[in-house]
Amino acid sequence: MLAIRNLHAKVGDREILKGVDLEVNAGEVCAIMGPNGSGKSTLAHVLAGRETYEVTAGDVIYEGKNLLGLYPEARACEGVFLAFQYPVEIPGVGNAYLLKAAFNAIRKHRGLEELDAMDFLPLLKEKLKLLDMDEEFLSRAVNEGFSGGEKKRNEILQLAVLEPRLAILDETDSGLDIDALKIVASGVNALRSPERAIIVVTHYQRLLNYIVPDTVHVLVNGRIVRSGGRELALELEDKGYSWVEAATQPAVPIPS
Amino acid sequence: MSAVTQAHDSYLESFARFEEGAAGSGQEWVRSIRGSAMARFFELGFPTTHDEDWRFTNVAPIAETSFRLAEEGHVSPTARELERFGFSDLAGIRLVFVNGRYEPGLSSLQPLPEGVKVGSLVHELTTDPGTLEQHLGRYADYQHDAFCALNTAFMEDGAFVHVPRRTALSEPIYLLYVSAPTADPAITHPRNLVVAGEESQATIVEDYVSLNGDTHFSNVVTEMVIGENSVLSHYRIERESAQAFHVTTLRAQQGRSSNLASHSLLMGGALVRNNVHPVLAGDGGDCLINGLFMGTGEQHLDNYMKVEHAGPHCNSRQFYNGILDGRSRGVFHGRIIVHKDAQKTNAKQTNRNLLLSNEAQIDTKPQLEIHADDVKCTHGATIGQIDEDAIFYLRSRGIAEASARTMLLSAFARESLGRMKNESIRKHLEGLVGQWLPSGKLLEEAI
Repeated sequence: MLAIRNLHAKVGDREILKGVDLEVNAGEVCAIMGPNGSGKSTLAHVLAGRETYEVTAGDVIYEGKNLLGLYPEARACEGVFLAFQYPVEIPGVGNAYLLKAAFNAIRKHRGLEELDAMDFLPLLKEKLKLLDMDEEFLSRAVNEGFSGGEKKRNEILQLAVLEPRLAILDETDSGLDIDALKIVASGVNALRSPERAIIVVTHYQRLLNYIVPDTVHVLVNGRIVRSGGRELALELEDKGYSWVEAATQPAVPIPS
Repeated sequence: MSAVTQAHDSYLESFARFEEGAAGSGQEWVRSIRGSAMARFFELGFPTTHDEDWRFTNVAPIAETSFRLAEEGHVSPTARELERFGFSDLAGIRLVFVNGRYEPGLSSLQPLPEGVKVGSLVHELTTDPGTLEQHLGRYADYQHDAFCALNTAFMEDGAFVHVPRRTALSEPIYLLYVSAPTADPAITHPRNLVVAGEESQATIVEDYVSLNGDTHFSNVVTEMVIGENSVLSHYRIERESAQAFHVTTLRAQQGRSSNLASHSLLMGGALVRNNVHPVLAGDGGDCLINGLFMGTGEQHLDNYMKVEHAGPHCNSRQFYNGILDGRSRGVFHGRIIVHKDAQKTNAKQTNRNLLLSNEAQIDTKPQLEIHADDVKCTHGATIGQIDEDAIFYLRSRGIAEASARTMLLSAFARESLGRMKNESIRKHLEGLVGQWLPSGKLLEEAI
């Protein structure tokens, strides 16, 4: 489904991704782990089309298409979804409004008829139940005044409503208490399917107790340095990132 | 002789002619107010940017233009020509003024509750000036404000509304001020007086439009006398041509426990000054001052708020949102004056601005003068661009970039529009704001 080859990306003059190679297949849950500053979030954002990152080399093929050639909205319409580490607050735009607009934009792209509020609301309410969210969430402005946990749940609600083919969760577990983590994980697990791939970007092994990955990749200093199955995550938990970091080249010192 | 001096002389000549023939000139009190206002205008002269209240707004283009008092003889528009201004959804009472003159043929006066008066100032001046003598020119400050002095010197026509005590008008009173083409740049001095008795209720809409792109100057003063425990809403819409000058003052005198909501939408005009000046004179008065200004091109939109707390236990809330594009410039000057007896004042002021281009500019200035010791006053201002993180967030959900921008602009504008309680008026304004947006319409509020 997704093939990333030799992907290089930078912000300003700072190179962050230094040749990422990664394959993700349909039906797979793939965990990308790594220490702070390793490039995990950059990779997630580059896949979603964030323009602040400049791709300098490499390519990304998604469902046979050149993903890097598409605008962010086109990627979303093609089935790519990024759950943000820091979901953005949008005062004045209602949560339900955004969900319906996004849902219909994607349907329209696929040549399907747009749903009106009457047909959309029941679907939305069903997804709310899945995430144990109050209907009151719908009338609030997008993420405005939400707690950290509410924001993360709201991301998963969007994920559940938009049903992407490739979901990228960027540190969705960070800052969640164990109850919220379980809810988020069960929401994600409910979406596992043979047609869908899920990339779970995380700093901690903990989330992977609830969303059990098929493959685990370790990103250090802009490159995938180790790949394996679920046991790799446990090993990392045990030995810490210094174990894999030691095995890689030191970072190029930043000129002063 | 400088252009400004010439202009002053031309105002003097014009006043001499006006004074003899104008409605009400036979009445001593009218002559006296007009005369002293003219004299005061000469002493004050047009303000300059050295004047603290005009620091951000240079009125030289007004001072240097030789305007002629709009005379009769213009070609009046037909009702059909006015349709494009799209107020037909507003039911109720409509008064139309063309170049400052009341046009009964274009107006529609419905049967009114007993004792309610809605009509032209000229008519009232010539038939029943009693209420006018009591109120006209008693509140708007022509001693210190040159534009107000000029308006007062030339005051003759405009709207007169009198709502007697314990009377509620369910429909809004819609006042449309049309600027029709003239040979020379025309100046008009619409003068409106609203007198609301105790426990009354009314909604007034002032809407200013131009028939074409001529340079003209609307110099407006509206006085509102709001009786005890009465509820008044006032809407001002400025959508004149990109060559128009517009200076307007809303002066409201609020009695005990009265409630005023002032809403402004500024989107037209080359140089606009919007003065809103309520005086909370009685105990427990409340005023909401809400505005949205949207500039583009070379427009200059200046909002000058002066909220005077004179009585105790009064609340005032100011919310102004600005959206500035192109090389436009916006000003928000929010002055709150708490007099020494106005204990337990609760005054709040918020000004939020979105700059859509690198050349657009906003000056925002809070000014708190507090002479009482038990008060709560807060103010805040923000200036920012469209949040690119929010744009990316929306795009990452499949929403096209242009729609994402419209969504954020709509949300920002709706903050102001959402405070407007009258649904038919709010819809009218939503339509106007929508036309201003690149998308041509506001996004829906809810699903």
